[in-house]
Amino acid sequence: MWKFLLPFAAFVALAILFAFGLNPKRDIHELPSPLIGKPAPEFALTDVLDSSRAVGNAALKDQVYVLNVWATWCVPCREEHEALLAISRQHVVPIIGLNWKDQRERAKQWLDQLGNPYEAAAFDGDGRTAIEWGVYGAPETYLVDRQGRVIYKFISPMTLEVWNREFLPRIAAARRGGA
Amino acid sequence: MNRPAPGKSVINAVLAMVLAGIMGAFTAFAADQAVDANGQLADPGLQTRFERITQELRCLVCQNESIADSNADLAVDLRRQVREMLVAGKSNDAIFDFMTNRYGEFVRFNPPLEPKTLVIWGAPFIMLLLGGVIIYRVARQRARMPLDDESATGPNT
Repeated sequence: MWKFLLPFAAFVALAILFAFGLNPKRDIHELPSPLIGKPAPEFALTDVLDSSRAVGNAALKDQVYVLNVWATWCVPCREEHEALLAISRQHVVPIIGLNWKDQRERAKQWLDQLGNPYEAAAFDGDGRTAIEWGVYGAPETYLVDRQGRVIYKFISPMTLEVWNREFLPRIAAARRGGA
Repeated sequence: MNRPAPGKSVINAVLAMVLAGIMGAFTAFAADQAVDANGQLADPGLQTRFERITQELRCLVCQNESIADSNADLAVDLRRQVREMLVAGKSNDAIFDFMTNRYGEFVRFNPPLEPKTLVIWGAPFIMLLLGGVIIYRVARQRARMPLDDESATGPNT
């Protein structure tokens, strides 16, 4: 009995392991953010378009907002840009851009040529704000609730499908809970 | 006449050693370059800690490299962060906490022993135990088998 059961159990265990480990849909670069449920790190930077204009998240304290990390050197960021523009036209929540380790001139050009989906785009040239947020690749998109807590992080180019499936329900819930 | 003359084999051995030395020097050079892209820290004690800490932090872009070995932009930034925290007098634990709070446990190559990481640390011992049990059982079974079973099981055994 054992002679048959043991190899079979081993097979089942391996099959489960492989189903998880070799799943082509699983992105090994997608790591759970320890920031979820924690207060969003504060930042005070300047606007990509105007270096004399301050951009920070202190003023956003009691509203739900999205923080999108992007850079002109980031190829998938170009891919998600159309979706971000479409989302910004919905006027559901403000999208704050975090321009990560970029050059201001290039970032300006990008927004001029491709359109600007951001309520404000913060310039993080030396990447210090990105470290505070635990950014390790672009694009990354964070959702912050009214209490200023990070409630969701999406790593990959944004699409309307992801927006409808992952973001809109969370935004609605964040608006319901906590006045 | 296929064997080389004794003199020749000595030359070959010396050549091989020189070659190995050069290659070793190159790898050491490459590794050092990533670590010291911003120059050495003035305090040798801090420099040693800097090297230790950056060896133990995972570069999240390249995942199987430490931030000491990687030249990814993020690794450069994180090395700068570690350097600044060391100069500011932060402890090793404070630096590791800083990184784990932002990037998660995954950032550490050497995770601390706690309930969450018990499986990682315990797995080798469990495997060892399991292997031991299997070997023990197989050995016992073999011992119980008669030695002269060739006629009973066929020509192949």
